[in-house]
Amino acid sequence: MGSTPSPDVRPEVPPGSPGAQAAHVPTAEDFRETQASPEFRELRRTHRGFVFPMTVVFLVWYFVYVILAAYFPEFMSIRLWGYINVGLVLGLLQFVSTFAITAAYVHFANKKLDPKATAIRLRLEAAQEGDAQ
Amino acid sequence: MNALIVNAAAAESTKVGDPLINMLIFGLFVGVTLVVVLRASRNNRTAADYYAGGRSFSGGQNGTAIAGDYLSAASFLGIVGAIAINGYDGFLYSIGFLVAWLVALLLVAELLRNTGKFTMADVLSFRLKQRPVRIAAATSTLAVCLFYLLAQMAGAGGLVSLLLGIDDKVGQSVVITVVGALMILYVLVGGMKGTTWVQIIKAGLLITGAFIMTIWVLAMYGFNFSALLGDAVASAGTEAILNPGLQYGANATTKLDFLSLGLALVLGTAGLPHVLMRFYTVPTAKEARRSVVWAIWLIGGFYLFTLVLGYGAGALIGADRIKAAPGGVNSAAPLLAFELGGPLLLGVISAVAFATILAVVAGLTITAAASFAHDIYANVIAKGKTSPKQEVKVARRTVVVIGILAIIGGIGAQGQNVAFLVALAFAVAASANLPTIIYSLFWKNFSTQGAVWSMYGGLAAALVLIVFSPVMSGNPTAMIPDANFAIFPLKNPGIISIPLAFFLGWLGTVLDKRVEDPIKQAEMEVRSLTGVGAEKAVEH
Repeated sequence: MGSTPSPDVRPEVPPGSPGAQAAHVPTAEDFRETQASPEFRELRRTHRGFVFPMTVVFLVWYFVYVILAAYFPEFMSIRLWGYINVGLVLGLLQFVSTFAITAAYVHFANKKLDPKATAIRLRLEAAQEGDAQ
Repeated sequence: MNALIVNAAAAESTKVGDPLINMLIFGLFVGVTLVVVLRASRNNRTAADYYAGGRSFSGGQNGTAIAGDYLSAASFLGIVGAIAINGYDGFLYSIGFLVAWLVALLLVAELLRNTGKFTMADVLSFRLKQRPVRIAAATSTLAVCLFYLLAQMAGAGGLVSLLLGIDDKVGQSVVITVVGALMILYVLVGGMKGTTWVQIIKAGLLITGAFIMTIWVLAMYGFNFSALLGDAVASAGTEAILNPGLQYGANATTKLDFLSLGLALVLGTAGLPHVLMRFYTVPTAKEARRSVVWAIWLIGGFYLFTLVLGYGAGALIGADRIKAAPGGVNSAAPLLAFELGGPLLLGVISAVAFATILAVVAGLTITAAASFAHDIYANVIAKGKTSPKQEVKVARRTVVVIGILAIIGGIGAQGQNVAFLVALAFAVAASANLPTIIYSLFWKNFSTQGAVWSMYGGLAAALVLIVFSPVMSGNPTAMIPDANFAIFPLKNPGIISIPLAFFLGWLGTVLDKRVEDPIKQAEMEVRSLTGVGAEKAVEH
């Protein structure tokens, strides 16, 4: 926090314009090297290995539920106890699964994604400071 | 005859609520938020301040603001009313609205925060040709904001007749103008920071109010939900309200329509521009993740409350009285509030409903203005040769223009059946925006032509299908009831337009002879996953 830049020198350039890369952002070569590096490929694999299957799971589960509600109302109307029926329980389970997937992702991201991402970011930012000197 | 008597009795029972109390409580909300907005506006110096609140909000604050932005009057009054009258089918809505957040959490929020600056177009045009992609993204952003905005403003008119007892058109128009003017003031003065605080305060009031009512209703049944359902069944005279199908189960078309709606709901949220823009108000991708987590808990909790409130309204008020009251289905929640806590609770809930409209409208307006000023003006018209100061000036002018358009549109839409506009906004977001967002974040070869085809194709398909659908013509509840050009049977275009937009994105890409810059692709991918070079928070 020592060297807080004054608001006036903050870069105000659209992303992708040449000014955005001057001394603040790694060079094109850095990005290409990083993208090809085993560490980055590992990060990408870890990220996609979680979010893609999980997306398929929750979308399939959601559409199974929607199709049951639209085309199999008799099944959804089976009473389980009191006035609570299958449809209500499945609907509430959608809430439960949404909360559970959220919690699981946060746990996964904090444990598995953040350390890898931070390591690569710090290395890139360090490389760029070295270049600037 | 019978209906008339019920009508008169119900009208009387809503009039028991004191419009003066409603207005006083709403005035209090306006006063408090105005002070907050003025305080927040003192640091509005740069474009990042104006568009993104200086990127200084915490995940918890932003998550609450997202809930405030997302839980529109339609989801509060609409879902409670839908459950009260159509039972289970109303509940189905809220599930789509909630599950949709997983798309935002897993696939979009963090990567978007890491690669963008102010608008959705920043991300989409990152590694593609700036001009065509920005114009396309801004077009669909403005379309979604406009549909959503009109629906909210038209809803405001209905709310006025219900809550303030103002039935004449002039009175309603005055209130719509006041709401619009307040919104312009908030957004003009407060920018994203002020807008965010309005949304945070509103979300707090809305969720607290709904929570108190939920506990109240449950307490009346000894915290036995089954007993509440039993009373709702007794009141409705049929057990059908506990089962799916009352609204969508009529025939094969309505069932397919429901699938189409479900698809648009679950894929639309992560493509709503005003939701996406909220991710730029936090300092890091990790905070963006926290925002979504907060939003999911708050929104999920809120929809569970609406389940209790909906069946509670069905049990304690009854479908007949709700339908007969001014405002129809939308009156379920206010009537329930009156039944429970008399004029004071009704006043609070009414003020919350107004605050809801105000906050959602403000969020939409700043998104549309940012998109116009940042995407169209700064990057297309001025070709990047403009100062951030000039850009913000344009944005502020756009706010006034959009505000005035919203007021005129809201007055014009009074009495029109425009509820389909919200569903349309979700369908357009899911067809025009989401495919391109997903492709550009995850598909290396995705090209400019693919993006443009997908966005315009998705937008056009959704619009054309709506025009030729039963919501526009061909039946008494349509917007133009006297004409009939409803050749497309479904009310929700999503089931056609969403797959079509995904297909066009793929087709446009494989047929594109140009190859996109691999260096920009490398930069975008590395930045999206690691946060290198992401926009930092503004320090004051």
